[in-house]
Amino acid sequence: MDMSGAAFPDNVSRALADGKLQYAMTETGPRFIQKRAKAREALPEFDQLRDQARDIKDHVLANLDVYLERYEARVRASGGQVHWAETPDQARAAILGICRKVKARLVTKGKSMISEEIDLNQHLAENGVTPVETDLGEYIIQLRNERPSHIIAPAVHLTRDQVEADFRKAHTHLDPNRDLTEIPSLVEEARAVLRQKYLAADVGVTGANFLIAETGTSIIVTNEGNGDLTQNLPRVHIVLASIEKIVPTLEDASTILRVLARSATGQDFSNYTTLSTGPRRAGDLDGPDEYHVVILDNGRVNVLGTEFQDMLRCIRCGACLNHCPVYNAIGGHAYGWVYPGPIGAVVTPALIGIENAPHLPNASTFCGRCEEVCPMRIPIPRMLRHWREKEFERHLQPAAMRWGLGLWAWVARRPALYRRATALAARILANQGHGAGRLASVPFASGWTQNRDLPAPQGKTFHQLWKERRR
Amino acid sequence: MSARETMFTRIRARLPAGTAAQRAAAVDERLARHARNLVPARGAGDEAHRIGVFTAMMEAVGGTVETLDDVNDVPHAVAAYLRRGNLPAHVRRGVDPLLARLPWHRGGAIEVAEGRAEESDRASVTRAFAGVAESGTIIQISGPENPTTLNFLPEAHIVLLEASQLFGSYEEVWTKLRAAMGEGNMPRTVNMISGPSRTADIEQTIVRPAHGPKNMHVIIVRGS
Ligand code: SF4
Repeated sequence: MDMSGAAFPDNVSRALADGKLQYAMTETGPRFIQKRAKAREALPEFDQLRDQARDIKDHVLANLDVYLERYEARVRASGGQVHWAETPDQARAAILGICRKVKARLVTKGKSMISEEIDLNQHLAENGVTPVETDLGEYIIQLRNERPSHIIAPAVHLTRDQVEADFRKAHTHLDPNRDLTEIPSLVEEARAVLRQKYLAADVGVTGANFLIAETGTSIIVTNEGNGDLTQNLPRVHIVLASIEKIVPTLEDASTILRVLARSATGQDFSNYTTLSTGPRRAGDLDGPDEYHVVILDNGRVNVLGTEFQDMLRCIRCGACLNHCPVYNAIGGHAYGWVYPGPIGAVVTPALIGIENAPHLPNASTFCGRCEEVCPMRIPIPRMLRHWREKEFERHLQPAAMRWGLGLWAWVARRPALYRRATALAARILANQGHGAGRLASVPFASGWTQNRDLPAPQGKTFHQLWKERRR
Repeated sequence: MSARETMFTRIRARLPAGTAAQRAAAVDERLARHARNLVPARGAGDEAHRIGVFTAMMEAVGGTVETLDDVNDVPHAVAAYLRRGNLPAHVRRGVDPLLARLPWHRGGAIEVAEGRAEESDRASVTRAFAGVAESGTIIQISGPENPTTLNFLPEAHIVLLEASQLFGSYEEVWTKLRAAMGEGNMPRTVNMISGPSRTADIEQTIVRPAHGPKNMHVIIVRGS
């Protein structure tokens, strides 16, 4: 796939014709959707927590300079170091600098989207430092030299047999006749291979889900425990974060954590939520000698105070991807850059420029599910429309788009995509209707649904029914 | 200008002019007050309720829980657990005073080593700083008493949780933590652990373990 960000239309056609991808994606969305719905139902306070989570981040963004200063002061007080990076270049240089100072050769890495954003692995490798991803999904796509196709499930576009083939190719030290037909045997093999890496690594790099201003703490959230081995065993821990990860207090972090896992995987809480503050203390028997935080801007400051500011509330839970018919039809790689799905369509133009992502704001059926499920209540459809207006102002849209075809025209004019996306939208809506067969409200149709219930689609589109009838 | 200065200058240029002092005061007040937001009702209740919720949540994610009335029975429970799991009669623990005081000889031939986790360790015993009923979560803090690696390297992680330290919500644990460490201070690491390590990265199939422990066993001791 072309990863330039401008090749979206071609990527879409290719994705729709990719049988393995379509197979891998078939069950993804619906499964995630059911899990989230269950977790939400089990916590009556869920929607109120979302309101509070939104307010917390809005408050931080309105006072971002002060919060960053307070955070930095606490990190210093606990013996850590903070590095500021306006650009990917500066972030890469800061990390490579730390690696060089401690003569690092092997770097283990926890999952970090910002690492993708700055192409850290490539930079380290080019400079004689070997990066090894330790999150299973990230490890798999590193072997394949691909980008993650989902924010929290990086290898969701792959099937088991593809992973088996990758492992056989990479792990040549193991018995070629070993049995890898079951998924647990693949996981066990990765566990054994990566164990040795954790133990041998000089530096561990992790991302951060949150930075707490009150205490100078970084938080990572994983299910595998890979992030913890990554940051506890090597001599140096580097946290890679961006400016909007700040939350004020432990209490505020707790509130957002309550909506994060539920929205992401439908878990009540992820298996490992880890709060790190500074390096090894006197008397400690383990933990890193050095603790560094690299804080990246990369264009985020530019959206502060604009109609796009709300995107900085995003906690990268992936719920908007899971509920998006377009994402589920084409997978993450078609979006062309680091962040896929609805939030990617909003964030990518902001970070790399709308001229480099001209089609992304159109990759939507405007069904509104993304906003409805977003734990941070980010108005994604509204921001997509703002991007279209910008494209329009700058004449980046083809004529047909400018002359007022419907909002969903970009999708509708691609029959294969339209069919796939509307079929998925029907399934998603059917899921939402809880089998009751009726929906009380549908985004963007409130004028219509105010006084009557919309019958929930019964899982088939007109196209599908027509085809069946004709047989 | 350094990257730091440029970033702060650019951020300030986008926030309302002339409000810096006011905003700083508002932020400091909020940080000092660290008020609680909405706390879900799920974990709130008496000890029996908290143990019940904690146990259900932990078991739902593949952990196991047993409840004892006498802390001196812990060594026996540990030995029995190792036997059930076909694990060698060897555990690693930190220098936690409560764990050090336990009558380990009552566990039979069980061998107890002190220190951080070694690669060859198959089972560890730690004492939880606290537990949270709401999500079946154990809270561990770093230090020589309970080194962090004990939570991650061995394949079986056995946790002693005193029922008196099992709270309804995370917020109650933060209150305890501030009392122990002082306002604004944190241990190097706070681990919130909810069940054994897992992954769903291949075809969304849940597999345990991924990189951390395969089994997590919590021994809740009442009346302590
Ligand atoms: S936009 Fe919302 S739903 Fe999408 S990843 Fe961000 S927080 Fe999650």
